[in-house]
Amino acid sequence: MLQQNHFALFGLKPAFEIDTARLDQAYRKLQAEVHPDRYATATAQEKLQSLAWATRINEAYQTLKNPLLRARYLLQLHGFEIHEGANTAMPAEFLMQQMEWREAIEDARHTRNLNTLVALNRELEHEMEALKHALGTALDVRGDYASAAEMVCKLRFLEKVRDEIELALEDLEQ
Amino acid sequence: MAYSAKVLDHYENPRNVGSFSKDEKNVGTGMVGAPACGDVMKLQIKVNDEGIIEDARFKTYGCGSAIASSSLVTEWLKGKTLDEAMTIKNSDIAEELALPPVKIHCSVLAEDAIKAAIADLRQKQAKNVETPACTATCKE
Repeated sequence: MLQQNHFALFGLKPAFEIDTARLDQAYRKLQAEVHPDRYATATAQEKLQSLAWATRINEAYQTLKNPLLRARYLLQLHGFEIHEGANTAMPAEFLMQQMEWREAIEDARHTRNLNTLVALNRELEHEMEALKHALGTALDVRGDYASAAEMVCKLRFLEKVRDEIELALEDLEQ
Repeated sequence: MAYSAKVLDHYENPRNVGSFSKDEKNVGTGMVGAPACGDVMKLQIKVNDEGIIEDARFKTYGCGSAIASSSLVTEWLKGKTLDEAMTIKNSDIAEELALPPVKIHCSVLAEDAIKAAIADLRQKQAKNVETPACTATCKE
């Protein structure tokens, strides 16, 4: 069972759109089964085995819970490795937009403009939702893994912008 | 994360931060991004009539290593021909800045930015040569 894919581990079909409530439920159930307390009187070997299981379950859960990691894992299952380190050529327009967002955040930080940051945050949330929706369609409906791989890369950039906004907001709210 | 002294120096005193107007005919603009971390880098070169890079500017949103890599290459680019600039390798950058393995992609980003800026400039220059030729043809 250690060789099972993450989805099968939680009794889910491999897909981007998943029932997160079911995932949480299956995760808690599995965690309870391998909990160290249940192995208090077990042999050293069994204790070690349960620990390996708990780690495995945790890792699988963290991967499936996060949309970006889930999409990346799903692509891997379909034989698509994303060579992120070697790939720097994103569409020019997309990169321009990233640059503009980062500049806007920087400006808002300097001028302590909370309204701009809140508006940017909303815009980013909206963009990310749209991208996740498109990613779901590409992965689950069209089986277009090449497009999905590009969307995963884009999502990483958007996450970074959102992180920057959150940091700036925290700074201003202090 | 422990940065090398050179990375810190470029990070704290970045050289040549800023932009040129990307519409100028002797300016090449390279925009690249690293999907591994979401960093974005803009590198611009300005060449003189002899085809020598006389100035360079950068704007990078990313970690210290990405900022240092782009700052360093703006210094290296000045005085070079485009062909010489093409020979700058990410390994040279990584070595100069003593980047750890997890930060090698920052130097890759800088190398790709140079190549993108040169490609942009060459494309512009090719168009500039074509235009008069076309005008001449149209007049005939």
